[in-house]
Amino acid sequence: MTAPSTPPAGQPESQTAKQQDRRTDGIILPGHRVQLARTEPLHLDCGVELSDFTTAYQTYGTLNADRSNAILVCHALTGDQFAAEPHPITGKNGWWDMMIGPGKTLDTERYFVICANILGGCMGTAGPREINPATGRPWSLDFPVITIGDMVRAQALLLDHLEIEKLFAVTGGSMGGMQVLEWASLFPERVFAAMPIACAVRHSSQNIALHEVGRQAIMADPDWCGGDYLNQGKRPHRGLAVARMAAHISYLSEKAMHRKFGRRLQNRRSVTYGFDADFQVESYLRHQGITFVDRFDANSYLYVTRAMDYFDLAEKHGGVVANAFRDTPVRFCIISFTSDWLFPTEENREIVHALNAVAANVSFAEIESDGGHDSFLLDKPEFRRVLGGFLNGAAQHRGLPT
Amino acid sequence: MMKEPDRKSIRVDLQVIADLIKPGSRVLDVGCGNGVLLDYLAQFKQVDGRGIELSSEGVNACVSAGLSVIQGDADTDLKDYPDQAFDYVVLSQTLQAMVAPRAVLEHLLRIGRRAIISFPNFGHWRVRLHLALKGRMPVSDTLPYQWYETPNIHFCTIKDFAVLCEELDITIERGQSLARAGAARRIGSTLAWANLFGEQAVYLLRK
Repeated sequence: MTAPSTPPAGQPESQTAKQQDRRTDGIILPGHRVQLARTEPLHLDCGVELSDFTTAYQTYGTLNADRSNAILVCHALTGDQFAAEPHPITGKNGWWDMMIGPGKTLDTERYFVICANILGGCMGTAGPREINPATGRPWSLDFPVITIGDMVRAQALLLDHLEIEKLFAVTGGSMGGMQVLEWASLFPERVFAAMPIACAVRHSSQNIALHEVGRQAIMADPDWCGGDYLNQGKRPHRGLAVARMAAHISYLSEKAMHRKFGRRLQNRRSVTYGFDADFQVESYLRHQGITFVDRFDANSYLYVTRAMDYFDLAEKHGGVVANAFRDTPVRFCIISFTSDWLFPTEENREIVHALNAVAANVSFAEIESDGGHDSFLLDKPEFRRVLGGFLNGAAQHRGLPT
Repeated sequence: MMKEPDRKSIRVDLQVIADLIKPGSRVLDVGCGNGVLLDYLAQFKQVDGRGIELSSEGVNACVSAGLSVIQGDADTDLKDYPDQAFDYVVLSQTLQAMVAPRAVLEHLLRIGRRAIISFPNFGHWRVRLHLALKGRMPVSDTLPYQWYETPNIHFCTIKDFAVLCEELDITIERGQSLARAGAARRIGSTLAWANLFGEQAVYLLRK
């Protein structure tokens, strides 16, 4: 297990240590904090200007002398900055613990890995759960609607703060992959290699529909209080749990789910002719829902799902995705998984086609896995081999010591 | 030019192809397999190489080795590339497995300033003899598949290929036939000879 490193020498310590974040639930989150956009506001896509906002982030490994070995890891919808260390709330391993660490694919003996909580998130970075400095109360639905582009521009400010001009690599799966694509599109000169995993150039209609089910579940919970639950001492736990249950189904595959649960019954010999969790799969989903609410904020869930829904690289570039990457100097590696039906290989391949259309340097591999969309969070040796091989090749081209 | 030290040993037709490629150029290898040619070109010719490969095993091996290769199908994916994006587009021992070889050939010469094609010659005397005497589709170590399981669905002879190039107004810059022993021989006015004794052919083409 890698201990979170201290900021590298020469890096402003800023607010990292002094500003511990005591959350409304009393938990104190460890890790780095920084106030960004203090002198100039961040112009959000929705038109609002956001200034002096907090970003919470973690780093692993050491930044080298010429500041050229940084890898930004972008987390997915309900992920957070605790990518490679025990989670401060759940105590579980970091969501990419198998990928980040000494001798691992993102080798912290070679690379300086950064993972920041996204804008609109709920683990320390500015979002609807945080205090609005103007009112002294939680932002709730007054928080501006955030896009993937906003998240990326906020991350760019973090890099400015860390005095990293150019990332060696940026990577992430699912919504993290969308951020990777946005990074390559918005700041091609600041990215050497980009590895978007299990994502797409736009959020599909089916995926928007699934998100809407989740949002409706939250908003249908009376404890949501029109979004104002934080001020009214309530939590829409039931709605958020249902949202998570629905979403969780979409992260798995039919085959894996059937293998894991089949039609087996939960601690009983026969069905009860009632609506208890008769089946193991029901019990499993309920557990997923119940544990999720301990670590995630319902309003934040509305915001981040919305950010994904709004993502459409083509729309921003005259209807042609390829325009997002014209003359790109970035080396790309796109990875999809065979059983992913949320971001199927065909949608990942659209990224490849767009990159081919501008003759970009691109690799693309489809990894055999029955783990569904969540395959990128699973320990798949072939996945690690491909990603690691690409990264090694890129490091050679970048002139990083191997 | 001096021979590079520590030359790796690669398949003879790949060596002939590699020798046609100028150092430092941009190369797309269509059907790059496990990346032997791309790896060789990167190491000894400093090319900026890319590949397309149908099989996942091939792709994963290539990407794991740091080569820029995508999983894709030449029959459907070549249309995405812009005109003249590469100095050379290579298609080695793959033309005969294409659904639409003619369309693929046209794409190769659109995407690349030059195309390098190698293919097995179905006009080779052994093939002809096998068919004439045994009356069955030839199976040999170079063409090891039975007719019902072969991926090679569009065999041609060297003569057939030359005729297609003429029809498509393609300029043959250099044609070489490779005998069984691997000796490369220039195909000039000796087309009939090459078509009988060349086991495979390597062509350097431009539009």
